[in-house]
Amino acid sequence: MEDATDRIAQPWGDRTPYGRHDTWPARVDTFLKAGVEPGAVERWVQSASILHSDGDAMDIAVADGRMVGVRGRDVDRVNRGRLGPKDLFGWQANASRDRLTRPLVRRDGRLVETDWDTAMDLVAARSRELLEERGPGSIGFYTSGQLFLEEYYTLAVLARAGIGTNHLDGNTRLCTSTAAEALKETFGCDGQPGSYDDFDHADVVALFGHNIAETQPVQWMRLLDRLEGADPPRLLCVDPRPTQVARHAAVHLAPRGGTNVALLNALLHETIRHDRVDRDFIAAHTVGFEELAERVADCTPKWAADICDVPAARIEEAAELVGTTDALVSTVLQGVYQSHQATAAAVQINNLHLIRGMLGRPGAGLLQMNGQPTAQNTRECGANGDLPGFRNWQNDSHVADLAKVWNVEPEKIPHYAPPTHAMQMYRYAEQGSIRMLWISGTNPAVSLPELSRIRSILTQKRLFTVVQDLFLTETAQLADVVLPAATWGEKTGALTNADRTVHLSEKAVEPPGEARPDLDIFLDYARRMDFRDKDGGRLITWDDPESAFEAWKHCSAGRPCDYTGLTYAKLRGTSGIQWPCVESAPEGTARLYADGISWAHPDLCESYGKDLETGASQEVVEYRSLNPDGKAMLKAAAYRPPHDEPDEEYPFQLTTGRTVYHFHTRTKTGRAPQLRDAAPDVWVEISTADADRLGLGEGDLVEVTGRRGALRGRLRVTGIRPGLLFVPFHYGYWDTGNGTGPGPDTPGRAANEATVTDWDPVSKQPLFKTATASLTLVERGDGRPSPAPTTTASAPATVGAAHPTAGGEAAHTTQSPTKFPHGREEGAR
Amino acid sequence: MNGITLTLRTLHRGERRLAHDLMTVAERHRTEHEVHHVATDLAAWSREHVRRVAEVAAHHGVKLGDPPGTSPDGFFATLREEASAAVVHRPEPGLLLLRDLRELHVAAAENSLHWEMLAQAAQASEDSELLGLASACHPRTLRQMRWTNTMIKILSPQILNSL
Repeated sequence: MEDATDRIAQPWGDRTPYGRHDTWPARVDTFLKAGVEPGAVERWVQSASILHSDGDAMDIAVADGRMVGVRGRDVDRVNRGRLGPKDLFGWQANASRDRLTRPLVRRDGRLVETDWDTAMDLVAARSRELLEERGPGSIGFYTSGQLFLEEYYTLAVLARAGIGTNHLDGNTRLCTSTAAEALKETFGCDGQPGSYDDFDHADVVALFGHNIAETQPVQWMRLLDRLEGADPPRLLCVDPRPTQVARHAAVHLAPRGGTNVALLNALLHETIRHDRVDRDFIAAHTVGFEELAERVADCTPKWAADICDVPAARIEEAAELVGTTDALVSTVLQGVYQSHQATAAAVQINNLHLIRGMLGRPGAGLLQMNGQPTAQNTRECGANGDLPGFRNWQNDSHVADLAKVWNVEPEKIPHYAPPTHAMQMYRYAEQGSIRMLWISGTNPAVSLPELSRIRSILTQKRLFTVVQDLFLTETAQLADVVLPAATWGEKTGALTNADRTVHLSEKAVEPPGEARPDLDIFLDYARRMDFRDKDGGRLITWDDPESAFEAWKHCSAGRPCDYTGLTYAKLRGTSGIQWPCVESAPEGTARLYADGISWAHPDLCESYGKDLETGASQEVVEYRSLNPDGKAMLKAAAYRPPHDEPDEEYPFQLTTGRTVYHFHTRTKTGRAPQLRDAAPDVWVEISTADADRLGLGEGDLVEVTGRRGALRGRLRVTGIRPGLLFVPFHYGYWDTGNGTGPGPDTPGRAANEATVTDWDPVSKQPLFKTATASLTLVERGDGRPSPAPTTTASAPATVGAAHPTAGGEAAHTTQSPTKFPHGREEGAR
Repeated sequence: MNGITLTLRTLHRGERRLAHDLMTVAERHRTEHEVHHVATDLAAWSREHVRRVAEVAAHHGVKLGDPPGTSPDGFFATLREEASAAVVHRPEPGLLLLRDLRELHVAAAENSLHWEMLAQAAQASEDSELLGLASACHPRTLRQMRWTNTMIKILSPQILNSL
């Protein structure tokens, strides 16, 4: 065994440097429960992480029927044995004593334990009643980015063809809908163009609103390893916080919130002005260049500098970096997706790659990222406000094809309008037209904006709420029926990460008590509802994960996300295969669009596109005339100021985000001791300049008040952009005295108390980056530090202002450098 | 007064009205967040159209007024927003919303036809300034119409089936 490292104090572990175009070496990270020797492990069970979108492959250690640790899989293309802090420690939450083990139903206002039959009969009876009285539009499903492919697909079939409702979406709406929409706008179809392998070949990596060090720590290890190797890449970081990425960047831009389109238009302006464009690529593969050039003609760095509050010279440097390199990789995440003009901005990054011809070859890659581990599956299975297999709801032949797969009449599948997005579903529930909401694997009472509003919706008596989860979350406490679910390691299923890599995650241990896999719960419901196809046969013909996977393969056949070349056996034999995986590409496909734009033809595309400023849908006739040959579309957008601007009453911009130690609403990571203690409570970040001006300091308890609510946290003074406050979104109320929200003795703790309801009209992704707020002192810190980690973007501006974050012996992890057993990009084209 | 100045006056009035109506709808449907925000954005387009029409009209010897303010009438605006919040849990405002979207669509369609007339007249009289005005503004009017149409398409199935 190698040295043990405290992986709370050193989230990214030790370096294994490598040079450009070399193979990233493997390094096997292992964490076993205290007192468990490696020899005591009876079985290692193949899996991959579900605590972020990276898809880190790992084996679960099992002894005496219990999970006792994890080990990275060195054979896997994604992580090559490495694990991040959440991967290493998060699994311990599975064994928490407060797991839900029996179904609960609300009787006389209180949730009481019951058996599965009673709970499921209640759900089925209410469904039938509503179908009879108010029709399928009265029932909505709100799912997750953390279940498995088989579960989403089953849910999509039962909701769209069983119930026949248009109201099915995932919390992926909050994390990845802009990625999908931006790809649809540019390439006509969803599907991640690039590959993580592009990091090995890149000369410049541009990270737009993507704090990769904390969202995908293992890919950050890869970049750190390249930075220490020969011919290292240069980084461009666009982020208002002093992230680890910013600290390593050649150029760091910290623009004012909500101004991404202005900044990107200036980068495009410079690229075109200096003729740093690939004219042959533009002519062969795109439409719309003239209009784009015209739109950005006046968007000089000077113009953008005033809007973004970034020096024009820095913008010029950034433009030179992305404009002169021969191998550009760009990654995009929530700083773009959850900000004002989300899709319009994300599309401009696609445009940058297209006009520079940076697409479809090693080191020339575009990665519109995901936030959650299985968000890609939510998208492709049609559980996220799209039809399964990236089919086009406006194209009757696509709907007919789907109806054939399901053996139902096309009219049974709602396609008169786009599938309803989550924010609209909550609005329908608010005004009373949705009367039943089934929430699986997510916690909207903490994660949606403007929580006072969300609580008022979920507590309506007329709304029947079903919550399927591992714990009695803030949302579950408000439910009418609570269904105890099995999770990762307790059930089997496939999951696909942000670069289209498919993994199999196998059952390692039994779920606690009567908890059941989400798939079994959906199948049980389908049986009780007796959903039938058009010939009177069972609509859902599968009964376990593998048969569900086979059914999905059939649905994906011939679509961009084609899984037909995959089987469970194949996923067990290898480790990580990128779709499409078909007969002609049995080892998967590293990059989309290596041979030109393939899914933008009017007959094939998933979407005819939308107006980037209003969200209005285009029709097929327009699409066909603009893009008859199915090329990539360069869509221009004008900058518009954010809807919410600071004023005298609310002088700060407020942004929310995550830390490397926690995931989502902390339901799991808050129950893993090392992770819980690394970032035990909410905090508020403020710039040195603002803190000095207001006479505030480290550890002061402050109240952040937005237009719709307030929260309290201890202050951390950092190098964040002046005028901006940051609050992590992980913290809620389950571990406070009050349970579901603020109360007389429980001040606001969730970041979303202070956010407002507004969303990008194109992708319908809510905005979490452009709220405004005021700040008041509640109580002096008097030496008590903020609970914010010191290892990450929340590091104090003054070294030593807070005790360094560490996990001590409890976080000791071994790291064994080893050779990656495959050649680079083995097999994949 | 000739036909060109008549059309400019008509457009000026039509865009002023649309800007005002978009703001009114934004306030009346404060709890329909997307309608509220996008209608507010689209009102800015119409205000700009008003400004540009007035500019060109001045060159034709016609004096036209400024665009309406960003909020048409403060007291009533607040009242509309509060009224919207008061009925947040009721389905009936949905019908009003559909009616309002329809009215916006019709108003934008009227403007669109007048832009068409202006562009045609500009071509026939080889007035490049007029043609420039029409080609700058008309596409946005069409986008306003497409938005109202899209919102009606999305919202009407739920609203009309749940009353």
